[in-house]
Amino acid sequence: MSAQKTERLLNLVICLLATRQFLAKEAIRDAVPQYAECRTDEAFERMFERDKEEVREMGIPLETGSNDAWFDDEVGYRVDRSTYALPEVTFEPDELAVLGLASRVWQQASLAGAASRALLKLKAAGVEPDEESLLGVEPRVRTSEPAFEPLYAAVRDRAPVTFPYRASRTGSLTERHLEPWGIVSWHGRWYVVGHDRDRRATRVFRLSRVMGRVRAIGEPGSVQVPSGVDFRAEVATQTDEVPNRSARLKVRTASGVGLRRRATRIHTGDEGWDEIELAFGDTEALAESVAGYGPDAVALEPADLRESVVRRLQAVVSAAGASGIAAVAPR
Amino acid sequence: MSASATERLSRLLAMVPYLLTRQGIPLEEAAREFGISARTLVKDLELLFVCGTPGHLPGDLIDAEWDDGHVYLSNADTIARPLRLGVDEALALIVGLRTLGEVPGLHDRDALERTLTKLEAAAGDAALASSQVAVDVEGSAEVLATARDALTARRRVHLTYFVPTRDETTERDVDLLRVPMVDGRWYLEGWCHRAEAVRLFRLDRVERIEVLAVAADPPPQAATRDLSEGLFVPSADDTLVVLELDPPAHWVADYYPVEEVVVRPDDVLVVQLRAADGRWLRSLALRLAGALRILEPTELADEVSERARAALAAYAVQKG
Repeated sequence: MSAQKTERLLNLVICLLATRQFLAKEAIRDAVPQYAECRTDEAFERMFERDKEEVREMGIPLETGSNDAWFDDEVGYRVDRSTYALPEVTFEPDELAVLGLASRVWQQASLAGAASRALLKLKAAGVEPDEESLLGVEPRVRTSEPAFEPLYAAVRDRAPVTFPYRASRTGSLTERHLEPWGIVSWHGRWYVVGHDRDRRATRVFRLSRVMGRVRAIGEPGSVQVPSGVDFRAEVATQTDEVPNRSARLKVRTASGVGLRRRATRIHTGDEGWDEIELAFGDTEALAESVAGYGPDAVALEPADLRESVVRRLQAVVSAAGASGIAAVAPR
Repeated sequence: MSASATERLSRLLAMVPYLLTRQGIPLEEAAREFGISARTLVKDLELLFVCGTPGHLPGDLIDAEWDDGHVYLSNADTIARPLRLGVDEALALIVGLRTLGEVPGLHDRDALERTLTKLEAAAGDAALASSQVAVDVEGSAEVLATARDALTARRRVHLTYFVPTRDETTERDVDLLRVPMVDGRWYLEGWCHRAEAVRLFRLDRVERIEVLAVAADPPPQAATRDLSEGLFVPSADDTLVVLELDPPAHWVADYYPVEEVVVRPDDVLVVQLRAADGRWLRSLALRLAGALRILEPTELADEVSERARAALAAYAVQKG
């Protein structure tokens, strides 16, 4: 079924590329053998409309027009070869190697597939890449956050969206409304930058804190991206990863090496403990790593950090309690 | 079904120009380039073979031959040129190139600039959206530059390295193989003389790097790993662990190699994975605030809640 459809679409594309003149629908029906199998005019009409749509979605420039400037009642179709084709371009072997490396930057799903397909198109000139020209430095980016695909598409299509978002300071969940401008990977995490309709200001959202479905709330193309916005600079200044606050912790002697590495000051505390100070930006992120040390690290200040650590540890205890009951139940 | 028909058509439209300029390419090689099996490639060729310009007489059809294991293609003039780049395609490569450009001290900036200029010209309007996506690869330029120098000069390095799973700092000599980046983070990959195995070192955990006056001499079995499946390679000797993951912890199933994933109707994942050391898992469970629950081994689960209770005692908070 699917093979048959691919065959039909391929014949349609070839037929529309082969014609210089606009080709009337009936002529196309005769030219593409698979259309001959349509029993009724309606069946053909429906199939042809769908095919046209799908071919356009693939990026094939299917034009509608008339051959006669005076009588435009007879509508025809064609694909202009020069708009269809990738412009003549030849990459040198070392350039193709760089392109190969660039295509491997993407590790996941849609962009990885798009990158390797693009590379194959660019190799069509027949030149082979010279991989020897590369040094073993290979950047790779993951797009594993579930919110990446829909938010990337929203940025690309300039469509406003809404999504449930967990705030970093309070941990509270609210529905946000955003006109997305750009999507940025910063320190290994993805952020979307745009106009926040609720706050009426430019805001930055971390994709890993988008807690549910991203839905479009407007037409594609309706978002105006202002010129001259440096998305990365927005993320750098607005993200709470900028360490502008100070925390005081108690860490058991000879443990908490990961926290000590970040310390700005370490001094001996009570028997068996050291006290350390460190700079932080994201309360939840620091609370997460303090909680990871269990009884070997205690947050002293500030209060919101303490609260977050306590909340996390309590959640661990009650989650364990719940699954404990489930494990005992069958007896 | 329709998505796969257009996806396949996209592949065919890219395949024809590629094969036309590489007459006689081995079937296996062409299949590898397109990321498909040789069998799928043959099916694609069979399909091309029955398509062509209107009339569909033998002379109108695309001619494909692959009997001797080499592919020959002709009579496909209408689709001899590849379809122009789509927005996603142009964006993926342009942003990829700009990301490479961010790498501190990349040796061949000239090739990169040339490539970017040509690509942007070839992509035309499809290139416009690429300014809306940016990847920052900031890393410790100093460690990276030293590692690059060692790699170029083929010299051994000494690392002072923090190991978070054991919460300790270690000293080791390493013969570097390459410097990959995964998840926006740089790693050094090389033969570690202490572990006597290939190891990955996260750049931001390197406390100190020193190029030694010794030539790098990795043994023949030192091979770089395929990192596309993630960073961690489990061993069959490791303990089998069963976890429950709430949505905020679903990333764990992507990040670590899992042996089995069951998606429950309440959107909880039940995963099985192998862990060499319970400590990192214990710490991960404490970090994830109940979104990750250890079902097996139960001793490990008990340890987690004991540690959480002991930690809470320090805050003098009763569990309510």
